[in-house]
Amino acid sequence: MNVTEQTVSQTDTQEPDRFTKAQLDWHPWLEPLEEGNLTEAHYEGLVDRARAKSPYFRLLARDPEILGARTRSDKDIFYNVAGGLPRRERELAATAVSRFNGCIYCASVHARFSERQGGSPAALAALLETGLLPHDTDLKWQLVEEIARRVSETPVGFSHVHIRMLRQAGFEDAEILDLINASSFFNWANRLMLSLGYPTFPSE
Amino acid sequence: MTTFFSFKADPPLDLIDYVVGIDADSWLDTLRRGREVLRDNAQKSAELLLNPLEDGEFLQTHRLAVAAFVAGLHGDTAIYRLYLDLLERSEQGKELSPVIKNLLRRGRTLGPYGAYPAGPLSVEDLNGSGFEVLDVNVDRSLARALEHAHFLTFHPRDASVQALERLKEAGWTDTGIVTLSQLISFLAFQIRIIHSLSVLRDVGPTAGDILSESPS
Repeated sequence: MNVTEQTVSQTDTQEPDRFTKAQLDWHPWLEPLEEGNLTEAHYEGLVDRARAKSPYFRLLARDPEILGARTRSDKDIFYNVAGGLPRRERELAATAVSRFNGCIYCASVHARFSERQGGSPAALAALLETGLLPHDTDLKWQLVEEIARRVSETPVGFSHVHIRMLRQAGFEDAEILDLINASSFFNWANRLMLSLGYPTFPSE
Repeated sequence: MTTFFSFKADPPLDLIDYVVGIDADSWLDTLRRGREVLRDNAQKSAELLLNPLEDGEFLQTHRLAVAAFVAGLHGDTAIYRLYLDLLERSEQGKELSPVIKNLLRRGRTLGPYGAYPAGPLSVEDLNGSGFEVLDVNVDRSLARALEHAHFLTFHPRDASVQALERLKEAGWTDTGIVTLSQLISFLAFQIRIIHSLSVLRDVGPTAGDILSESPS
């Protein structure tokens, strides 16, 4: 690549070359819908009206019905606190999957979410940097991270051994299901985020 | 009782329950219904993407061909058979089924792989194969869609604007690309749910669950 060209583009909008907890921007490679042209059908798909500010959601709003089903799935997996896995662990699974698949943007968002829900900042920072949790991390966290990774392999590497390990460590079946759901869902989310645009550090 | 899956079955069939073999009121049914909104929207997503009211620019037969291909790439037999069966029973799907089977013979590999932006993550770059559909009997827009499905299934971090340009050159619009991307990405989710619930089914409930429902 031409060195001058690279320097110029980096001073403008710099693309991250490592995983980070910093807030990032995301830029679409395809044309999002314009906010002024959104109809009720689009808002129904966006679910939260505030999401109309996001170019990512305005791009997905080109097919509003599937966006709506995706968003409602997302919210039940990560925000339904009737039983199941604590939210910081669900967000840890989202971070681990994103780290494994290579979605720098998704990993940054969900590492921050896990931290906000009480997740260990040091463990999350190590996961982002190295792809693994430190050896002295809580066993439950180690299992969540490992299972998130196994679920994300193609072919899927999740097996009966993992269920036995989880149950032995004290996970209830409702928690195991949340872990499966969160890990599987990020294989959906990562692929959209990665393939429809790219992240940068905020321009200001 | 139908012996095959159909989106038009009456009463309607839940695709994931059907493939995994989850009966009403079984322990897995109870477990899944603890996340009912997800259960409903996973089914709704499958219907919207694979049995749409209107095809738009993305023919239903082509959607089913992509689904059979992606399921085959994952190597999960039950869901692969279901999509192959739906493909074969769809309009013009009979001719596409052998094409998909043939592509799968050289399409399967291990994921995820791919390259990062040059920098400290470069040591984690993993080279893997690309995938081209050269069969001249495959419609050009479907051929590019299947290539995109292979890329997004195995090495999504190799994403580039060029991959989207290739789709556009084959006639895909921005909206069509969004729907195609949703389909391939949704399948990555759905196949993992099916795989993992099948593992749970095989292992069975914990001893305590047989006597009483687990507290939440």
